[in-house]
Amino acid sequence: MNTQRREVLKSGSAAGLFGLLVAAGLITTQQAQAAGWDKPAFEAKAMDEALKALGAGKPADSKDVQISGPDIAENGAVVPVGVKSALADTEFIAILIEKNPSMLAASFTLPAGTMADVSTRVKMGQTSNVFALVKAGGSFYMVSKEIKVTLGGCGG
Amino acid sequence: MAGPMRIRAASNGTETEVKILMSHDMETGQRKDASGALVPAHHITELTATHNGRVVLAAQFGPAVSKNPYLQFKFAGGAKGDKVSVSWVDNKGDKRTDEVVVA
Repeated sequence: MNTQRREVLKSGSAAGLFGLLVAAGLITTQQAQAAGWDKPAFEAKAMDEALKALGAGKPADSKDVQISGPDIAENGAVVPVGVKSALADTEFIAILIEKNPSMLAASFTLPAGTMADVSTRVKMGQTSNVFALVKAGGSFYMVSKEIKVTLGGCGG
Repeated sequence: MAGPMRIRAASNGTETEVKILMSHDMETGQRKDASGALVPAHHITELTATHNGRVVLAAQFGPAVSKNPYLQFKFAGGAKGDKVSVSWVDNKGDKRTDEVVVA
C-alpha cells in the first residue's frame, strides 16, 4: 500500500516538474508530447523483431545510403559510426548492431531542413555487421558494414 | 547529477553543424560490479535539439551508445548569434538542458 502511495507521489511530482518546464518555456509542448522512448524497439534481440518494432518491415537496399566507420575498431566501447543518406525526404535514421545484446543502438528523427547526416559513437560487444536503417519518402532502406572489434565494449 | 554538455554549433552561411558531447555514464545493464551483482542500466533515452525554439533533431538512445555520448548533425539555415539548445532525459528521469550560440 505504502509503495503504491510512493509511486503516485513520485509520478505526480514528475508531471508537475514537466508542467513547470513547459510553463517556463524551457521545453515546448511539442517536445513534451513527443516524449516516449521506443522501448520495444530498443529491447528487441533479433533483427526481424527490431525492424518490426520500428515499423520497417523488409527494408530495401539502397546505394544512396552510406554508413561510415572504421573497418577495425580497437576499442569496442567507442566505435564512431556515421550515417549519410542522399535520398530525398529522409526523415528517420537508425543504427543497429547485429551482435549486440539489443540490436538497436540509436534512432534519429529528422524534421525537414535537417541533413540526413548524423554521426555518433556506439558500443560493440564483438565483431559484427552494423546496419543503417533509413526511412525516406515513406519507405525503408538499409545498408550494412562489417566492423571488426578487437576488444569488446559490453560487459567485461 | 550529470555534468554540462559541451556543444558547438558552427554556421557556414547555408547550414549549421552541431557537435554535442554529453557527460553520462551510459551504463548498459550488462556489466557486473566487483561483487558480481549486475549494475543497473542507466542511460540517456531521448535527446532533442532545437534551433531558436524549432526542433531540428529528435534522437532516441539505447544503452549501446558509448559512455559520454557524442553526436554530430547538420541542419539548413542558422546564422551567427542564433541559439541552439539541446536537452536529454535518461531512464531514471534525470534531465539536462544546455544552450549555445551559433558561431
